[in-house]
Amino acid sequence: MLILECPCCGITAEETEFHGGGEAHLKRFGPDSEDKDFENYLFMRENPKGVHFERWRHNNGCGKWFHAARCTMTLEVFGTYSAQTYEPPKALCDAISAKRPGWSWGAFS
Amino acid sequence: MSNLVSALDKATDSSGIAVIEEMGLQGMITLRGDLSAESVKIASTSVTGVEMPAQNMANHAGASGICWMSTDELLILCPYDGVADTLAKMHKLLGDTHSLAVDVSDARACLRVSGPNAREVMAKLAPVDLAPEGFSVGMFRRTRLAQVAAAFWIVDAQTFQIVCFRSNAQYVFDVLNVAAQSGSEVGFFK
Ligand SMILES: [Zn+2]
Repeated sequence: MLILECPCCGITAEETEFHGGGEAHLKRFGPDSEDKDFENYLFMRENPKGVHFERWRHNNGCGKWFHAARCTMTLEVFGTYSAQTYEPPKALCDAISAKRPGWSWGAFS
Repeated sequence: MSNLVSALDKATDSSGIAVIEEMGLQGMITLRGDLSAESVKIASTSVTGVEMPAQNMANHAGASGICWMSTDELLILCPYDGVADTLAKMHKLLGDTHSLAVDVSDARACLRVSGPNAREVMAKLAPVDLAPEGFSVGMFRRTRLAQVAAAFWIVDAQTFQIVCFRSNAQYVFDVLNVAAQSGSEVGFFK
């Protein structure tokens, strides 16, 4: 079971107080985009064994969205951060590198 | 005038290890806005007579109080009869500050769990560290009780007060009674 800390209200709770919101940092491609980009946006997802980035919502708590970085294999949560960003914070990436040297995920490493 | 009743019309069950009561009518106003804005603070504190609570905390004085719901939301408690007046005062004090204050009294229900085992009954239903040193008087927690959203705080050492959606009131009352059934003491906090 995941233990997540909501960066909005500061509450730490197990995952049943939250709701997963799918992959983090998707770039949206809309009606006028190339078919390939649109298909990627709609259907293609990361499915890593290891470091992963997701969106979560504190749905039974403060109601806010945020991001979380975790390991899909061990369920270790590396950290959570604001929803209002296009990329994970540098400090978090460094912390992940210390634990999982050489990790990469999408455009991040 | 219609006969106003709360969700469960003050239903009480004291057959188990804690007393479960529906509290009857309670005035509740949701206020959304920038909690650091002076007018939001003044509108909240002047109608309730309590200080602005810190994050994840609540301040109460009798039927009045302010609960910190999220970074941009407060739950204002006031006597049920006074909601319309309180709301009018708040709207006046808020002026043209970007905010929203709405009467939600009839959309919510208040319940109480009391007795020496109250903490234990709550701990069976919420994914919250309810050890006395982890959750104490003054704290306010939005979480779930079994399968539905709820918020609660501690009134005194043996009493928890819960706010839930009115449509969930029967479920919350029933599930609390299941958690409080006779002979189900765990003794974890003793
Ligand atoms: Zn939160």
